Amino acid sequence: MSKREDIKKTYKLYIGGKFPRTESGRYIKWTDPKSTTTVNICRGSRKDFRNAVVAARETLCGWSSKTAYNRSQILYRIGEMLEGRRSQFMDELVVQGSTKKGAEKEIDQSIDRLIYYAGWADKYQQIFSRVNPVALPYFNFSYPEPMGVVSAVAPNDSSLIGLVSIIAPIIAGGNTVVVLASEENPLCSITFAEVLHTSDVSGGVVNILTGHRSELVEQFSSHMDVNAIVYCGNKPEEIKLIQENAALNVKRPVVYSDENWFDKNTQDPYRILNTLETKTTWHPVGV
Amino acid sequence: MKTKNKKTDWSYSPALESTDHVRISTKNDLFINGKFIPPKKGNYFETINPANEKKLADVAEADQTDVDKAVKAARTAYENVWSKMDSSERGKYIYRIARLIQERAREFSIIETMDGGKPIRESRDIDIPLVSAHFFYYAGWADKLDYAFPGKKAKSIGVAAQIIPWNFPLLMAAWKIAPALATGNTVVLKPAETTPLTVMKLAEIIQEADLPPGVVNIINGDGKTGQAMVDHLDVNKIAFTGSTDVGKMIMKSVAGTGKKYTLELGGKAANIIFEDAAIDQAVEGIVNGIFFNQGHVCCAGSRLFVQESVAETVISKLKDRMETLIVGDPLDKNTDIGAINSKMQLDKIKMYVDIGQKEGGSIHQSSCSLPEKGYWHAPTIFSDVSQSHRIVQEEIFGPVLAIQTFRTVDEVITKANNTPYGLSGGVWTDKGAKIFQVSKAIRSGVLWANTFNKFDPTSPFGGYKESGMGREGGLEGLMPYVNLV
Repeated sequence: MSKREDIKKTYKLYIGGKFPRTESGRYIKWTDPKSTTTVNICRGSRKDFRNAVVAARETLCGWSSKTAYNRSQILYRIGEMLEGRRSQFMDELVVQGSTKKGAEKEIDQSIDRLIYYAGWADKYQQIFSRVNPVALPYFNFSYPEPMGVVSAVAPNDSSLIGLVSIIAPIIAGGNTVVVLASEENPLCSITFAEVLHTSDVSGGVVNILTGHRSELVEQFSSHMDVNAIVYCGNKPEEIKLIQENAALNVKRPVVYSDENWFDKNTQDPYRILNTLETKTTWHPVGV
Repeated sequence: MKTKNKKTDWSYSPALESTDHVRISTKNDLFINGKFIPPKKGNYFETINPANEKKLADVAEADQTDVDKAVKAARTAYENVWSKMDSSERGKYIYRIARLIQERAREFSIIETMDGGKPIRESRDIDIPLVSAHFFYYAGWADKLDYAFPGKKAKSIGVAAQIIPWNFPLLMAAWKIAPALATGNTVVLKPAETTPLTVMKLAEIIQEADLPPGVVNIINGDGKTGQAMVDHLDVNKIAFTGSTDVGKMIMKSVAGTGKKYTLELGGKAANIIFEDAAIDQAVEGIVNGIFFNQGHVCCAGSRLFVQESVAETVISKLKDRMETLIVGDPLDKNTDIGAINSKMQLDKIKMYVDIGQKEGGSIHQSSCSLPEKGYWHAPTIFSDVSQSHRIVQEEIFGPVLAIQTFRTVDEVITKANNTPYGLSGGVWTDKGAKIFQVSKAIRSGVLWANTFNKFDPTSPFGGYKESGMGREGGLEGLMPYVNLV
């Protein structure tokens, strides 16, 4: 009896709720640290990124106008789905070089982080809103609103926990996002897209690309229909580039350097606030 | 009342504010390290009264060496005194500034009007009272920062370089200086080159208030001086109010340096009038929205959207109201619209009025007569314009309104948001549900419902999209001046 051959997974992009290959037809050969596994990863292009921004913009209104309770439940649901798929992530993290124990810890923390931000989705508004006691006969209040479409460059040195830690606060705040996954450890990112896909997250809310950072950081930071860019990394020339390009349309650049994503100090509502805008409304009191 | 009575005489007898009690130094030096010192190169430039083109004073121009001196003074004051001082003591100094401004409010108002051209009524009733209110509000924050950001500690940043515009000179200085000081930072501030005088007066007050030398430094100059401030290696934070173009240049300059920045940039606000609005009040709101401070307001309601069913009424009432606006001597207490701030700005406004006509807009101006000397522009409205017209898209910063009509709520939201800017907006309707729907949908930082152009120190101000980064005013206004740890 011959041995059964595995079915190997094709790693694709996640754009607008679909799993397309890169339009460019290009690929990156990715080999694990022990050189036992080789897979073809999509080498995402500028056009892929643009398509993803279009998808993110299209779905923004729907996502940002969902009730906070609903968004909270959807984030919780992502956590549930991730919990259910532990073994798949275990395998991938181990292939990417984690120890079993390390992988287990990373999955635990990623799930916990999702639950953490799920809880914030209907609370940060109360922390960051105010009624302002103006010295005029007006009722005046301020509250945070999503900035819009956010592009994000996920940490390179981390796979799942980095990706989750970046995506969760952005979407908890009602934004939609296009993320560039870790170039070094890309496997979990597309599998995480499958988790999102089965978690009631509408297509386009989170879009995940793989590819070369050196090539795509330029596009992620210069696109005119992106309202903020979250960059994780510590390359001075990349930070300078994204901050310069942010000037093109005054998008907000947010930089996280040297973060240990396993540390609980890297989670707080101020990270949600980083991609929010404050709106202040005035109305006269009296006739 | 449809037929306009051309013979109605709206003129009032002049009611001039007296200027004899006002002291303007004819030569203004740099205010560095608590002292007034001449600039290294010895260059001075003139500031004039835009209402009569007469020279008011000479003002020192700071070059790179002077900027460096100011930053050093600010750094020393930060390290040795200000950041170490007990926060409640810091607060007392700021309270003192607020009180001293109140005591000299009339003098400040008059100088503001003479140097910038704005009506005395506005500098007296809006600008200067808000200045002292702003210092007063932030003074109290100094020893309460532990309560501002739950779960975090607010730490001061260091030296802030602050660059302000000419439309609300002293008010913008207050918006910049008050929160910076309350949070324990020291500052180097540069007023705009056409309106340095009230800020130089503020330097006097800072001396009188006995602020430790170097905590506030005030220097003058043009864009080059500003650039030297932005580029200075020992500056930790930039706060800028001005045009979007310059804001973008600043973002590029500080890229990769780790400097923090806040930007309050341009705007092209939509002022939306629904058919169920209180029309007469709305007309007042339109006038206040675009003609306040000669339209030199980044949050001016420069795009008017009127629902089709009431467009004719609103526009005809607006035209009638425009006829009653008094354009003239800013020092006259009756004046509604003062002088345009500078020749350069007047030329820009005229250029846009020209473009508006060339692109097919129908122009209407009030029939007021304009003084011969000085820089003036009649209140101007354009109809028959659409989204693609330049006067609809670009910020004019003058008393020029572009009027469009709409039919549905969705349509007006789309039109209102069709701009790279997002600073402010207005909505006029008697229906509460519509106010919430529209004000939520408009992508801007400030939304005035059934009012326009209101400001308060407790109320955060700042823009979405290309209108800026960060907020000034309120608790939010502390954020740009602290690191949260």
